[in-house]
Amino acid sequence: MFRSALTRSSLRACASQMGETGKRAMSSGSITVPFSREYDTHKLPFEMPKEAVTNKEELLGYFKLMYTMRRMEITCDTEYKARAIRGFCHLYDGQEAVAMGVEAAFDQKDSWITSYRCHCISLLRGGTVESIFAELLGYSEGVSHGKGGSMHMYSKKHNFYGGQGIVGAQVPVGVGLSFAAKYATPPGEKTPVAIAMYGDGAANQGQIWEGANMASLWKLPMIFCIENNQYGMGTSKERSSSNNKYYTMGNHIPGVRMDGMNVLMVREGMKAAKEWCSTGNGPIYVESDTYRYHGHSMSDPGTTYRNRDEIASMRTARDPIEYVKNLLVQHNLADPQELKNIEKDIRKEVQDALKAAKNGSIPKFEELYKDIYIGGEDNSKIVYPAYIRMPDRAKSIGSIYERGVSGM
Amino acid sequence: MPDCHESYIVNSQSCRPDLLTILNSAAGLNHSLLLSLTANLCRFTAINSAMRVALQTDPTATVFGEDVAFGGVFRCSVGLKEEFGASRVFNTPLSEQGIAGFAIGYAAMGGTAIAEMQFADYIFPAMDQLVNEAAKYRYRSGNEFNCGGLTIRAPCGAVGHGGHYHSQSPEAYFAHTPGLKVVMPRDAREAKGLLLASIRDPDPVIFLEPKALYRTSVEDVPDGDYEVPLGVAQVLRAGADVTVVGWGAQLRVLAEGCDMARARDGISCELIDLRTVLPWDAATVAASVRKTGRLVVSHEAPRTCGFAAEVAADLQERCFLHLQAPVARVCGYDTPFPLVFERHYAPDALKVYEAIKKAVNY
Ligand SMILES: Cc1ncc(C[n+]2csc(CCOP(=O)(O)OP(=O)(O)O)c2C)c(N)n1
Ligand SMILES: [Mg+2]
Repeated sequence: MFRSALTRSSLRACASQMGETGKRAMSSGSITVPFSREYDTHKLPFEMPKEAVTNKEELLGYFKLMYTMRRMEITCDTEYKARAIRGFCHLYDGQEAVAMGVEAAFDQKDSWITSYRCHCISLLRGGTVESIFAELLGYSEGVSHGKGGSMHMYSKKHNFYGGQGIVGAQVPVGVGLSFAAKYATPPGEKTPVAIAMYGDGAANQGQIWEGANMASLWKLPMIFCIENNQYGMGTSKERSSSNNKYYTMGNHIPGVRMDGMNVLMVREGMKAAKEWCSTGNGPIYVESDTYRYHGHSMSDPGTTYRNRDEIASMRTARDPIEYVKNLLVQHNLADPQELKNIEKDIRKEVQDALKAAKNGSIPKFEELYKDIYIGGEDNSKIVYPAYIRMPDRAKSIGSIYERGVSGM
Repeated sequence: MPDCHESYIVNSQSCRPDLLTILNSAAGLNHSLLLSLTANLCRFTAINSAMRVALQTDPTATVFGEDVAFGGVFRCSVGLKEEFGASRVFNTPLSEQGIAGFAIGYAAMGGTAIAEMQFADYIFPAMDQLVNEAAKYRYRSGNEFNCGGLTIRAPCGAVGHGGHYHSQSPEAYFAHTPGLKVVMPRDAREAKGLLLASIRDPDPVIFLEPKALYRTSVEDVPDGDYEVPLGVAQVLRAGADVTVVGWGAQLRVLAEGCDMARARDGISCELIDLRTVLPWDAATVAASVRKTGRLVVSHEAPRTCGFAAEVAADLQERCFLHLQAPVARVCGYDTPFPLVFERHYAPDALKVYEAIKKAVNY
């Protein structure tokens, strides 16, 4: 069954089951994985687990999704270099375990908001490889109908409030999401939570403190999740932040730091965080210690402010996908050949998705002025503003323009 | 200093080649050409040169912002830290509001603060400090204090594929704020002189640098210390039939539109660069409109409440009886800066040409 073709729907199913299976104690075939690293905690009034219980099905699910993310991002890189994808584009490879661990601990009632580095979260929350590529290529089949591009992917149905271009802006917005979740939950019931992800660089934006104070004051089910990938653009965390223990930045708000390259540790950490927040205790800070393999954005080679050895040693010692593969093999849950086959299937799936995405259509011109204000249910009330028009050479200068005019 | 391309590969901490790629694609240049251009840009840009002069001539001058000590994303401050030391040229955390407030405080004690916002699109988190604190310091303290030593530099404008948050031109927001000055140069030579004037101006200045300008060849920039006065427009071409007004990189587009009008219809345009958006030189524009009887104003920012609206309103008051056609605006549309429709959104030469023709044939 695990060899089954990796259709998009099966991938989606993986993602949506994850929350369920994560919570269910597996009666048979489960393994216990002790953590090689402890959670670091800050004013945390409960104990963090030292191990995780999992099974073949879960691990294969994580592996497939994380490998899909990896291939998707690598394909973006290639397509960007081939100039098929343009503009600003930030990749997530290296950080896959963070998003995967969050989704494994959550269900889709929990809302999620993040920065511009959003492709892989979109994949977990409503996007498909194809619709993500289509968005990157600027086609109307894209997750955001081609209007958002790399930094702006969303899914209302999946409670994904998307990628934001302004560093830090997502955090107080996330606090508002958590308030909405609390507001809608009858007293005594567990509330869904909201998570806002932001970087080690973003962590020093003032609006984050404003959001944290409100979340704490009003005991909101809010997870402040710092994806500490060690750099904000070219600036290492030591050079940008006087406090590098990001999980302590909430002052009296409890915090926890975990290995963001270990999907099980993220999952267990997020489960604990969710439990804390959803039972009326207020917010929590969660720092994921992770690493981005690529440069900050597409053509930042990423090797000028850190050395290649650092990247290579991350890849060999801490790669989040290799970790899951090793678990599967060591516990005899899968043999290496089986995993190789899955990888092969996924590579093909991603390539096929790219091909399909490339058949997309350029958004209609109306999209330029649609969605600025509400336009009725189907946007049909949007009228064509008279002064908006395409530049039209033939119309402005007639058919003789081919003769050539200097300066044209 | 090493060759820029070298330094960017070897030791630049923060170069944003994606931007260069965008600039490159906007300019339709090929990759190797881009690299050679980049090399020039990095060695000696107008902005870099102006800041160097400021640092040399003013011992209180400091330069700071996100990744600025590494050269900044557009390489504008390359080499300055090495030359003037880390206490005068330094990186800040990713905190625009903090940067602005910090700069105001330094300026309030008499220092010269040259702060960079990485993109004009990221100036909005600092809006409160700029509009409420910087702009009104002198006024609300009855001239006890001011932050005249403050200059905020921010790259603005379209580049080809910048999308919503790397393309905006926010001059009109700041032009609505008495107490601030707003400057936008059209080319490298102007940029250097205007930036030096802004840095030395005794009032706080928002200095918006069209990203297209970073492409300009560096050989055009004179060495040494010179200023281009603030608040003084420049007539770039004298003409008889219609006055065409703009600022920043839009001047290049306007020049193209004027060329078309001349070549195709024999229309003679008087082209004016406002250079300073606030306070703007209405007298120069009015003198021109009294002569030509027609006015076209153009900018990349959206039309409604764009600064062209102010120019139009003011000019019809000053020159009502001289006008032979309604004042025309050629602007960006009233949409967020679009990702996929930038070419349609742009107030390009063709749209300018049409407006000129329409004004003349009115
Ligand atoms: C307000 C604002 N300032 C600056 C930027 C430019 N910028 C985009 S990403 C980035 C670095 C962010 O680093 P970090 O928060 O660590 O996130 P990471 O990119 O590492 O995921 C910067 C400076 C921006 N998008 N918004
Ligand atoms: Mg980071």
